Amino acid sequence: MMSNGTDKIEYVSYLEHQGKYSGLRSWIFATDHKRIALLYLYAIATFFFVGAILGLLMRFELIAPGETIMKPQTYNGIFTVHGVIMIFMVVIPGLSAVFGNFFLPILIGAKDVAFPKLNLFSWWIFIFGSILAVASQFLKSGPPDTGWTFYAPYSTTTGTSVIMATTAAFVLGFSSILTGLNFIVTVHRMRAPGMKFFNMPLFPWSIYATAWIQLLATPIVGITLLMLIAERLFGIGFFDPKLGGDPLLFQHLFWIYSHPAVYIMILPAMGVITEIIPTFCQKKVYGYKAIALSSLAIAGVGFLVWGHHMYTSGMSENARWFFSLLTFIVAVPSAIKVFNWISTMYKGSIDLKPPFLFALSFIFLFIIGGTTGLILGSVATNIQVHDTSFIVAHFHYIIFGGMGFAFFAAIHYWLPKMYGKMYNFKRANIAWGSLFIGFNLLYFPQFIIGIQGMPRRYFDYPPQFQWAQIISTIGGVILISGIILMVYNLIMGVRKGEIAPANPWNGSTLEWQIPSPPSLENFDEAPVVKENPYDYI
Amino acid sequence: MDHNKTHITEYKVLAKILLLLIFCTFLTISITSFNLAAFTVTIALLIAGVKGFLVLSYFMHLKYESLLLRILVGSIFLLFIIIVLITFIDYSFR
Repeated sequence: MMSNGTDKIEYVSYLEHQGKYSGLRSWIFATDHKRIALLYLYAIATFFFVGAILGLLMRFELIAPGETIMKPQTYNGIFTVHGVIMIFMVVIPGLSAVFGNFFLPILIGAKDVAFPKLNLFSWWIFIFGSILAVASQFLKSGPPDTGWTFYAPYSTTTGTSVIMATTAAFVLGFSSILTGLNFIVTVHRMRAPGMKFFNMPLFPWSIYATAWIQLLATPIVGITLLMLIAERLFGIGFFDPKLGGDPLLFQHLFWIYSHPAVYIMILPAMGVITEIIPTFCQKKVYGYKAIALSSLAIAGVGFLVWGHHMYTSGMSENARWFFSLLTFIVAVPSAIKVFNWISTMYKGSIDLKPPFLFALSFIFLFIIGGTTGLILGSVATNIQVHDTSFIVAHFHYIIFGGMGFAFFAAIHYWLPKMYGKMYNFKRANIAWGSLFIGFNLLYFPQFIIGIQGMPRRYFDYPPQFQWAQIISTIGGVILISGIILMVYNLIMGVRKGEIAPANPWNGSTLEWQIPSPPSLENFDEAPVVKENPYDYI
Repeated sequence: MDHNKTHITEYKVLAKILLLLIFCTFLTISITSFNLAAFTVTIALLIAGVKGFLVLSYFMHLKYESLLLRILVGSIFLLFIIIVLITFIDYSFR
């Protein structure tokens, strides 16, 4: 029994609640959405560390031309494993599974998600898929060397363990579909009495839009990967021109999922930032409906732009200009969000606490990632930089600078609510500085040498690119140091930090109306639903 | 949305739909005996679409659901059609 720090009501937090099981079983068989969120958090954090170390090894290999610390085939395996782990096991589930699970029900005034047992099942599927993915690296045939995109025809002929890796991605997809389904039903059926769609906070809006993409797009990649497996095992000829197939069919099907998947990664990140900015500016969010509807617009239009990954593949000219047009259209709702965040800050009472610093750096990095995306959306410039390190830089600015920094922002924002403890602000600020400097040092030089012609996924390179590779490697070391400091600070906060009050940031949404950490069913009384969830002024 | 409102479809209606589905299946098989060139797949897909519509409407009770749910399901099919059409911008002009 503990006090929530603000009132005298005695309660049992979800962390202390004694259910049917105890010890480890009380976690791995938990159906409480908050415990499941923490299960995802610990699993994803572990995979992130593995992926980050693999990334650092690649950077050490590239510090000088020629072989430095590994053989070319090892390098091919490592960038594939890095991609598979980071995309399928970290970035796609990341914000949605951790913070969506924990905060979606609370923010809409519900006791849990619509299907708690299905939620636990999704986590188990995720773990099973992850085990398969890791196991694929240790098979006798060697780790897959196709890159995370598994492009045919190479993936149908290479002798490495492609089948195991694609099976893993297929299984992980099921977890994503079930989580998406759960969240859609939760938003439709579990909102607190009186809470209409346009009374919801904006993080649930972004999770809702994301869930639709998870539900509709993921089956497509599932079928595609099954087709690839069938092609390898039975030589059916889906992608083999000799048998009447088409290698571009794989690319179409793969990107019909994998481009919307980028929005699975970034939409929840945008939702997190939209929660943080009004809180630390103590100001009503600017353009509530525009932000909410832009999430749906991004989800919808994001389905139709996949072809911009295929400009150099031999796709028809008509398709190329059409995809280019659609790609420019998807920039509009993204820009609406950025304008609204900045307008929310205008004349706000800004408080530069760690979550807000991470949110600010998200906007900065996302703008760089977004505007370089326009260079890639345009056919002519895309062809110039296709398959160069410019793509690597752009992609990491969006995914790491966007989703990654939003994840860090979210954990600094919501950790007091999740664990009922505060962390050290000074250490958090130093970690943020290291992450921000390290990130830009690591990835920005890749834009420059990408334009100059440095190819991506190459083990070796001409000496004129070494200056940038050295800067990037130094940036990588600073970035990893920042991550280690940040994680240490958060763990120390959870273990030894001060007790967090119910509302440490003076937030206005529903999670700040309940004790820290919340009780098992979140709300002991029916929550008070406001017409505008951000009613600071 | 009224969570308690339910609709029970008569067996007679379900039987009629079943017969229609069987008829559509025979139709799909029988058109293969005609040489319709590029339209063979199109017509097969159209018949499959009609079958899907019947299953969704009657067996999955979409016909009796709220307008919002029907719009959501309709949007998914619209999205699917748009994706197929866009893909064929490549295949048709390559």
